[in-house]
Amino acid sequence: MSARLALARSAQAVVVIFVVASLAFFLIRLAPGDPFTAALNDPGITEEVRTEWRRSYGLDAPLAEQYVRYLGAVVRGDFGWSFSMQRPVAEALRAAVPRTMLLAGTALLLSFAVGIGVALVQVRHPGSMTDRVLNRTTLLAYSVPEFWLALLLLFVFSLKLGVLPAGGAVDAVMHSRMNWMERVVDTIRHLVLPATTLTIVGAAVVARYQRGALLDVLPSDFIRTARAKGVAEPAIVRRHALRNALLPTITLLGLTIPALLAGSVFVEKIFAWPGMGLLAVNAVASRDYAMVTAVVVVAGTAVALGNLVADLLYAAADPRVRDG
Amino acid sequence: MRIVPRITAPANAGVVVALGFLSLLLLAAVAAPWLAPHDPLAQPDIVGARLAPPGAAHPFGTDAFSRDVLSRVLYGARISLAVGVLATALSVTLGTAYGLVAGYAGGMLDTVLMRILDGFLAIPRVLLVLVLVSASGSLPLPALILVLGLTGWFHVARLVRAEALVARKLDYVTAARALGASGWRIVSRHILPNVLTPAAVAAVLGFANTIVLEAGLSYLGVGVQPPAPSWGNIMLEGTEQLRTAWWVALFPGIVLFATVVSVNTLAERIRSGPTGAILLR
Repeated sequence: MSARLALARSAQAVVVIFVVASLAFFLIRLAPGDPFTAALNDPGITEEVRTEWRRSYGLDAPLAEQYVRYLGAVVRGDFGWSFSMQRPVAEALRAAVPRTMLLAGTALLLSFAVGIGVALVQVRHPGSMTDRVLNRTTLLAYSVPEFWLALLLLFVFSLKLGVLPAGGAVDAVMHSRMNWMERVVDTIRHLVLPATTLTIVGAAVVARYQRGALLDVLPSDFIRTARAKGVAEPAIVRRHALRNALLPTITLLGLTIPALLAGSVFVEKIFAWPGMGLLAVNAVASRDYAMVTAVVVVAGTAVALGNLVADLLYAAADPRVRDG
Repeated sequence: MRIVPRITAPANAGVVVALGFLSLLLLAAVAAPWLAPHDPLAQPDIVGARLAPPGAAHPFGTDAFSRDVLSRVLYGARISLAVGVLATALSVTLGTAYGLVAGYAGGMLDTVLMRILDGFLAIPRVLLVLVLVSASGSLPLPALILVLGLTGWFHVARLVRAEALVARKLDYVTAARALGASGWRIVSRHILPNVLTPAAVAAVLGFANTIVLEAGLSYLGVGVQPPAPSWGNIMLEGTEQLRTAWWVALFPGIVLFATVVSVNTLAERIRSGPTGAILLR
């Protein structure tokens, strides 16, 4: 792929991240109130005290000045002070982001593996009973509200059957005393239910998309040629059709990341998974909007980078884009 | 409204079931005051009738305040459907307008508008809503509808812009311009009809997204505020007693799930008629 293309796409991603950071800043100031009118609605606190607080946090400065200062801070990775957690936002994020990456990353890999697998089964005999049943199943699976599915899984597997933990990323009491093998097992056991919730919905989307892409490719001339030459049907699907039908699925990679991040807001809340989503939800409950802004900027950055990776992969995989 | 080649295939069973369910739901929402067996807010016996399992008197059981869950789900349908319809109407209008301006204007304005749109699209919608809610903690219902409408138009805008880019190169648009038609007239009379179809498909899908998001926000405690019932906040209250009283969270979820499946079934049908035809009336 040409270096120029990669450079142009990277520049575009930087612009998106800049726009996200700006949107987060201005949107929160569009909404009525600030942390000191809303969060501390105590009649005992006089207006002088509030004014002093605003001054000490720099909220009395002109909007443009605040904006420039904010952008400078974000570039340095400084997201300010979390009122609710009484610690720097960046510090809280450093602990939470890897956990969300573990959860969303697992779900991403499983969604594509399961989704592509289901689509391959479906196109073996398009229109057959199996195809139609799987089609209905994936329609159901992508329609299910994630938080309700999470509640169902929680109820069945941890409250009733008691086979999996109900929440958290690790066993709060025992984890520190485990050896590394036990720690891995412990983490996986905590990961199963939240990751399954996200995967059921994600895999359904991938399967429907991949099935469509495969059905688009199957009537092509080169497939007919392969059939005429006597290539076995499974080999046709896997070697000839799938290779071409995977291209549009690369684009889906960029679209899946915002969906997974949105889903993890709810899933993390229900399974008390201490990641970014849970931080955001708790921050809203305590009107800690430095934290909410930071989560938006980090999520937007992740989405922009995901799109960039998808673009570059697509360009690398498709010779028309790569050499053109 | 225009009909883009008409679907002639018979409706399949899924579409019939979906339409049937949605009609029943709409009817039930409208007739909730007559259908609901109990007052959705009444707490008749907070000690004795608390968390009663589903039975003849309470088909969906009662919640922790002894309120009838069926009645709350019925009244919740009014709120959920109204929020979904109003917010979607707002976002489709906004998205269509934005997409038309960007697509028809082209050039620098289009570039700037699209970069801003990229930024909006990069933020998961639920986080965007959380930003707007975070300064006040929770919102009254009209503000909630406004926020959902203001955060739902990005995909519509992108679709409409793409269609508008194609439409503005059509011969009759060039002809209209040559005749001296104003920009407003060209956009409203010649371009708009071309983008209505994708906008309508986006509206159906957007409606499903919006009611799930409203339920999700209410589930997080930042959407519809209790005691007013919404499917999401009933589930939130049910979560606290999930172990002992599963019915409180289960039933509103089933109704929400069935609604989304029905809407998606219809959207699927609209998008993939024979030869990709789309029917809109």
